[in-house]
Amino acid sequence: MRFMYTLRARKAQQSIAYGVLWLMAGISVAIMLLVVGYVVIEGFGKISLDFFTTSPRGGLSGEGGIYSTIVTTVLLVVVTMFIATPLGVCAGIFLVEYADYVKNKAVAFLVGLARFGVETLAGVPSIIFGLFGYALFVTAMGLGFSVLAAAMAGACLVIPVVIRTTEESLKTVPDSFREGSLALGASRWETVRKVILPSALPGVTTGLILSVGRIVSETAIFYVTLGGSYRTPNSLLSSGRTMALHVFYLAMETRAFDKAMATGAVLVALIVILNLIVNTISGRLSSEMK
Amino acid sequence: MTRKLITETVMKYVLLVSALASMTIVLMIGVFTLKEGLPAFRELGLDDLLFGRTWRPGEGQFGVLSMIVGSGLVTIGAVAIGVPLALGAAIFLAEIAPKKIQGFVRPSIQLLAGIPSVVYGLFGMVVLVPLVRKIPAPGNAGYGLLAASLVLAVMVLPTIASVSEYAIRSVPKSFREGALAVGSTKWETITRVIMPAARSGIVSAIVLGLGRALGETIAMIMVIGNSVIMPTPSTANPLSLFLSRARTLTGNIAVEINYATGIHEDALFATGVVLFVLIMLVNSSARFLISSKRWD
Repeated sequence: MRFMYTLRARKAQQSIAYGVLWLMAGISVAIMLLVVGYVVIEGFGKISLDFFTTSPRGGLSGEGGIYSTIVTTVLLVVVTMFIATPLGVCAGIFLVEYADYVKNKAVAFLVGLARFGVETLAGVPSIIFGLFGYALFVTAMGLGFSVLAAAMAGACLVIPVVIRTTEESLKTVPDSFREGSLALGASRWETVRKVILPSALPGVTTGLILSVGRIVSETAIFYVTLGGSYRTPNSLLSSGRTMALHVFYLAMETRAFDKAMATGAVLVALIVILNLIVNTISGRLSSEMK
Repeated sequence: MTRKLITETVMKYVLLVSALASMTIVLMIGVFTLKEGLPAFRELGLDDLLFGRTWRPGEGQFGVLSMIVGSGLVTIGAVAIGVPLALGAAIFLAEIAPKKIQGFVRPSIQLLAGIPSVVYGLFGMVVLVPLVRKIPAPGNAGYGLLAASLVLAVMVLPTIASVSEYAIRSVPKSFREGALAVGSTKWETITRVIMPAARSGIVSAIVLGLGRALGETIAMIMVIGNSVIMPTPSTANPLSLFLSRARTLTGNIAVEINYATGIHEDALFATGVVLFVLIMLVNSSARFLISSKRWD
């Protein structure tokens, strides 16, 4: 290793290493461009207005559009967020604003468990939520393969996401806001509702949008709880398939790769848009902080 | 005033109950999966279930060993391909990238995290599987561990890259200044000072990636071939092992749960328990590693 001790050799070594690092970063970006570019270019070529307005015709041909899968996706997102938003946001508020003031030892112990629960849930693989949802909501509760059962399983997936982002954004609200409000005689809840939540709102919203993204892209859970009917759902107890699930069925069962790619392109476009919204909100947040 | 007090108390309990919901869900998942999986453990025995090599639901054989091996191999493959890329990108972003380039590279990698796994699976089926099929080896159909590892490597890349970048950035500035002041080049500073200091964070990033990889389901079903066989090399080269088809623990559950009944269903819940335990082990080691070293 003696040759490394000359300054020129050390600089040469650094240049080579930097070259490799640039290459690694370049490959990572190239992979993104390749996947997104391939899906979008191959997919959008097959998209027309009809594709959005007609339903899949079913059977093995893979004919038809994706209308019913859009309806199912929207319905599922709405129901899931209807369950997950209040639970997640309230849990986040409690953990940041109230947990430190708990005096009762038993309650404090439960709060500790709740924190552990959030951490654990965040690491549980989605198929476990699917398995659980299938056992409890689909079978034991008798909901069958339905939007409602799938939404309840999906809510388990996104609740930790909502809780964490709510906690993070509440923590960024300066303590002086709380102190000022409490000093003026507001109660803790009034402080939360009128002072803290409004300033934490953009962060909380980001978490909710991220959760919508998770539901739109999730497939494993809904593969085992939603049933996969290609018809438009007419109630919360209808079976259905989301766009992501439609891609899976088209690729695996009907081998209609064109249609699968087109649906995949719509999904990717949707995710890109959701990402842009999140980036805009958090960009505005950090510029306000300055 | 009393009304205010009532609202105050009511809201406190509403919030408390919501906070306990996540704990309840974890509990219910644990209880349900165990309760449904227990009969399989009892009837088949832990030994036959964990170390049985054959899974033939029709004949009452439920050994998940080949799926543990399948999940393990695909995860190892993904990490072997993904970690160099992710670490390279993380060091690049944290230490040497100009601001403008960072602003392009970081969101690009973040976008990889947002792409639905079913789209990765589709990309794998349409693009990667035909490529892998070109490798000359007996019985190579393209679907198998190699294609699955490639797909999974891309899927864990953003997790490992962003957590590692965070770990590298949290090394105190004084470490850098000290190393540079005694005459190290920037690269020597990175390899001899910063990386060792960020080591625990980087290891936990990789472990987090492992957890993600073990849990991935849909993309794996789409490219791994799903055959319940013990992966074996098909040629003299031991790496041809990765051309073998396989099935993951996650895939086993997803593919069969909707039509399974009786002991078969119990065995799938037992598969879930095995998966759950594996992931908890991996994740808790990550938590241990994260908490073991702090610089601030």
